[in-house]
Amino acid sequence: MAAPTGPIWVVAETNADGTLAKSSTEVATLARTLAEAAGSSAAGIVVAADPTAAAKELAGYVARVVAVAVPDVTGHTWAQAAAQQAAAILASGSVGAVLTGAGPDGRDVAGTLSALLERPVLVNATAVAWDGGPSVEMSVFGGKLITSSTFVDGEWGIVTVRPNVVTAEAAGSAGVVETRDADQGAGLPVVKVMERIEEAAAALPIEEARIIVAGGRGVGGEDGFALVREIAAELGGAVGATRAAVDSGWIPYAQQIGQTGKIVKPQLYLALGISGAIQHKVGMQTAGTIIGVNRDPDAPIAEFADLVIVGDLFEVGKALLAELRSRR
Amino acid sequence: MALRIVVLTKPVPDPAAAAERLGPDGRLDRAASPAVINGNDEYTLEAALKLADSMGAEVTLLSMAPPTGVETMRKGLAMGAHRGVLVTDPALAGADGWSTVQVLAAALRTLEYDLVLAGFDTSDGVGGVVGAGIATLLKLPLLSSAAKIEPNADAGTVRVRRISPTGFDVLEAPMPALIVGTQLLGEPRYPSLKGIMAARSKEVVTKSLADLGLDAAAFGGAAARTKVTGTTKPPARGATQVVRGTPEEGAKAIADLLASRRLI
Ligand SMILES: Cc1cc2nc3c(=O)[nH]c(=O)nc-3n(C[C@H](O)[C@H](O)[C@H](O)COP(=O)(O)OP(=O)(O)OC[C@H]3O[C@@H](n4cnc5c(N)ncnc54)[C@H](O)[C@@H]3O)c2cc1C
Ligand SMILES: Nc1ncnc2c1ncn2[C@@H]1O[C@H](COP(=O)(O)O)[C@@H](O)[C@H]1O
Repeated sequence: MAAPTGPIWVVAETNADGTLAKSSTEVATLARTLAEAAGSSAAGIVVAADPTAAAKELAGYVARVVAVAVPDVTGHTWAQAAAQQAAAILASGSVGAVLTGAGPDGRDVAGTLSALLERPVLVNATAVAWDGGPSVEMSVFGGKLITSSTFVDGEWGIVTVRPNVVTAEAAGSAGVVETRDADQGAGLPVVKVMERIEEAAAALPIEEARIIVAGGRGVGGEDGFALVREIAAELGGAVGATRAAVDSGWIPYAQQIGQTGKIVKPQLYLALGISGAIQHKVGMQTAGTIIGVNRDPDAPIAEFADLVIVGDLFEVGKALLAELRSRR
Repeated sequence: MALRIVVLTKPVPDPAAAAERLGPDGRLDRAASPAVINGNDEYTLEAALKLADSMGAEVTLLSMAPPTGVETMRKGLAMGAHRGVLVTDPALAGADGWSTVQVLAAALRTLEYDLVLAGFDTSDGVGGVVGAGIATLLKLPLLSSAAKIEPNADAGTVRVRRISPTGFDVLEAPMPALIVGTQLLGEPRYPSLKGIMAARSKEVVTKSLADLGLDAAAFGGAAARTKVTGTTKPPARGATQVVRGTPEEGAKAIADLLASRRLI
């Protein structure tokens, strides 16, 4: 089987302040690991109104960074603009593989790039190895099974990578940054951003938290989340929630964990008043340690937690605060 | 004129039944698991039906699936969609995402619409890339991660609230446009008895690849450009320790475990 040769590329995402997104540091680290195994090199693409800061950061992870300034991109949606620039760069050389994040922007980049360059996509990778091409693991059927997939005939394709499956690690030496003029693009329609609304800043982003204390319907209301927050603060963690709690308006959607929320992999997941429904489980089942507090000993969470305390979450929660404080 | 909305709905194995498994060919064993409309597609369908209620809209369901897709579609029709289009062809078994994108785009070329709605992702594939791919092939504006959809029929534009990491962005584009929706569009309605009765006589048009002018050899399983090379079971988690006792005993058990794993 012919193996694709050429750099392993990353299409990087930036934060609102122009810095490199954390997920892109992970994806870039993965690209470098794959490039080492493939005997090729890792390269990155940064498309932003001002790509300077993120490009410099990305060069800490990969050997070569192509930075494209698209000044008016702040007034438009980013992903398709970035994909068109990436397509222009990728079309002009050999490619080993292209990696993006599996978050909302990374998916849009991957889907767009796939259609522009007529390339296949492997999605939502939980691990990627190099075996004459990317060999991509993904978790399917609610985590019951892990599949390995490849592109056929050693052709190159696009892989979207889940957050938190790789630990970001900078390279020994910094790569080179080249700037490139914006290509005219493939003529995809522009979508205007009329307004950017900032909501009350979420404390610690749950994807990055080492410890998550999450509340479900059992928490009973907005007031109940005060206890969840207090325990999270005591443990130095972030607050997560189930869809039931989000739908009830007790906590913002940004904190939702699960199939339609965020996928997290903290070292500790403490679930208070959460049944552990499959759509919630898929978002947190790879946590290092899972502890549930539930009145119902038969709740599904008892099938996959390390420890289940059968009892009222308010009583156990208050006792836990006291216990933790006494051990400080 | 009423707005014309096409909602992309994929039949998927029911996650609640938890009976999914792969067949010997590495493809989903569809006989093992009952099919339902992909959960995220019910949110976009709900959004389309709300627009039908508030401003008048013709809602068409579009699926690429085996022939049993007609049965799955009935629920969407019972919720209130007006008609269905099912692209089905034996050659499509084992189709990968790229074939799906091209086939659905070809089907959309035969339909008239102002909005195409796709779900955030599928519970079986978890790709979330099909919507962007179709928008790109059809050169439609792509408005993704939508929490709210507000068409302005007079101006011929649509506004979408797109979830951002720190809040949301208000997007605007001319129609026709493709919108990728999220759960925040709202809880899907249950079909009423009347809706279930009405669904029986609603039209579902079936199209083959040939009907769409597509060469069967170039799509589906034979042309798939990704392949499953193996499966493994995830590492089993250890046994669950269950503690019943006073709140203090429970709290101590938690703190002991955290301490033993150096989490406190
Ligand atoms: C398409 C789709 C997508 C979905 N996506 C998500 C998702 O992303 N994330 C998600 O979380 N869900 C998701 N869901 C919903 C999911 O199916 C469940 O409905 C949801 O996770 C349940 O949340 P819960 O555990 O908080 O509530 P429940 O299932 O109602 O569980 C509450 C638990 O709290 C316990 N309890 C109650 N009071 C107390 C008390 N005082 N002390 C101790 N225990 C108590 C109860 O015994 C019960 O086990 C999705 C569903 C669909 C169909
Ligand atoms: N076979 C299909 N038939 C109809 N719609 C589909 C199909 N596959 C994907 N879609 C749509 O595309 C969305 C994203 O799918 P995916 O990229 O496969 O996760 C789904 O939520 C559907 O709206």
